[in-house]
Amino acid sequence: MERDDLIEYSLHTHHSEEQGVAIRKKIWFVTALLTALTAVEVFLGSYIHQSDAAWPYVKWAFIIMTLFKAGYIVMVFMHLGDEKKTLRYVVLVPYILFLLYLIFIALWEALAVGEAWSTYGV
Amino acid sequence: MAGHTTELDAKALWGGKESPFQTSYGKLMMWFFLVSDALTFGGLLIAYGFTRHDAQDAWPIGEETFNSLPFLGHGYPLIYVALMTFILIVSSVTMVLAVEAGHRMDRKGVTKWMIATIIGGFFFLGSQAWEWSHFIHGSEFGKIELADGSQAIVKGHFGEIKSFTVVQAGKHHKKGDVVKEELMHTFQHAAEKGHLFAQKDKLDDAVILLEDGSVAKINKEKDHEMKLIIKKDGSKNKIGDAPIEGDKAAKLYYESLYSGEADRVIYGANLKQNEYGPQQYGQFFFFITGFHGFHVFSGVMINILICIGVLAGTYHKRGHYEMVEKTGLYWHFVDLVWVFVFTFFYLV
Repeated sequence: MERDDLIEYSLHTHHSEEQGVAIRKKIWFVTALLTALTAVEVFLGSYIHQSDAAWPYVKWAFIIMTLFKAGYIVMVFMHLGDEKKTLRYVVLVPYILFLLYLIFIALWEALAVGEAWSTYGV
Repeated sequence: MAGHTTELDAKALWGGKESPFQTSYGKLMMWFFLVSDALTFGGLLIAYGFTRHDAQDAWPIGEETFNSLPFLGHGYPLIYVALMTFILIVSSVTMVLAVEAGHRMDRKGVTKWMIATIIGGFFFLGSQAWEWSHFIHGSEFGKIELADGSQAIVKGHFGEIKSFTVVQAGKHHKKGDVVKEELMHTFQHAAEKGHLFAQKDKLDDAVILLEDGSVAKINKEKDHEMKLIIKKDGSKNKIGDAPIEGDKAAKLYYESLYSGEADRVIYGANLKQNEYGPQQYGQFFFFITGFHGFHVFSGVMINILICIGVLAGTYHKRGHYEMVEKTGLYWHFVDLVWVFVFTFFYLV
């Protein structure tokens, strides 16, 4: 018996040859971007040392570039950008909130522990 | 197609006409798995950050620790890991191209790009094996404890050891024998045990106590461009001092190495100690890159299984290549984790 209440979500993602050309163009663009960002990171990493005055800015530049790379991988390569908004938020929001909390609490606590150690000896 | 997970019985499963996420069960579960796996890696990297923030000794600097290339030696900061990163990014790209081909039902395209992805995965695993081996064996100089109790890492070109000439007979060697095998290994082993000796004003005439009890003269070429970087405070040298260079560096280094005292030098890394920095640094390196490497390994295995499915035509018959898409999600995730490991382990 033919059923009409089945939804084949897997077929929703099919696309034509012409659409494929545009998608591939986007993929190559992201590839170039990721490679360029990595090259910039390595360049900065080899020429600016941790003792240099510019280091704090470079460190934050690394973190921002990493987040950019991560964003492109998740949104384009993993197609999360093409999914429904609800799925996007269900995946990203709890994760990001929890990790921000964990980063804050761990690094803050580490400074306190480090201080206690340097005051009272390891 | 009974039991096929991508077909949803809308009424039975969701109680409505369609899924609120408008995506198949399998893909949704893959996303939830990836979120939990990302929490694991997030937790590991944050634990690394915690340890680094409260560490009392100098933390290793990426461009000093990782500056070697296969066949070319030292002096190439970060190039090798950058290459590894590039390999993984490229294999991620070939994977997304396989998924794209799947969406056009292009079986040949899927096969081609899947095989490319698998090759990229093997390349990455091979690179990581080299990286680990290099990390474990360490540099030719090692980390040295100087006379004032400070510790320093050493940069520069280690002069080759040509031979050992036996000057005092032991169980196996006679006086006048020339040893030419396993020189570096024997030398480092003796250095760790404190079996190298020289007088302070005659550091070029050093002798080595060999395993069989014989004593031999070390015939070694001169080092070049030697530089000592202090990593732990002593009574004279402090962290942050300008690097000690030239003859002074050689004098300080060899005074310690040829002092005849054990445990003055550390080569490479194990779980107890390493030449790069605090003990926890080595442990985190092995655990985080090892856990990531294990993910890459399983990813390659899964990719091979799916590739066999593609070749057998399983997914073509099914009418869609969603299995490739789901494996792709996992593979991209592995790349994603590496992007963060690269930043927080090697760059920052």
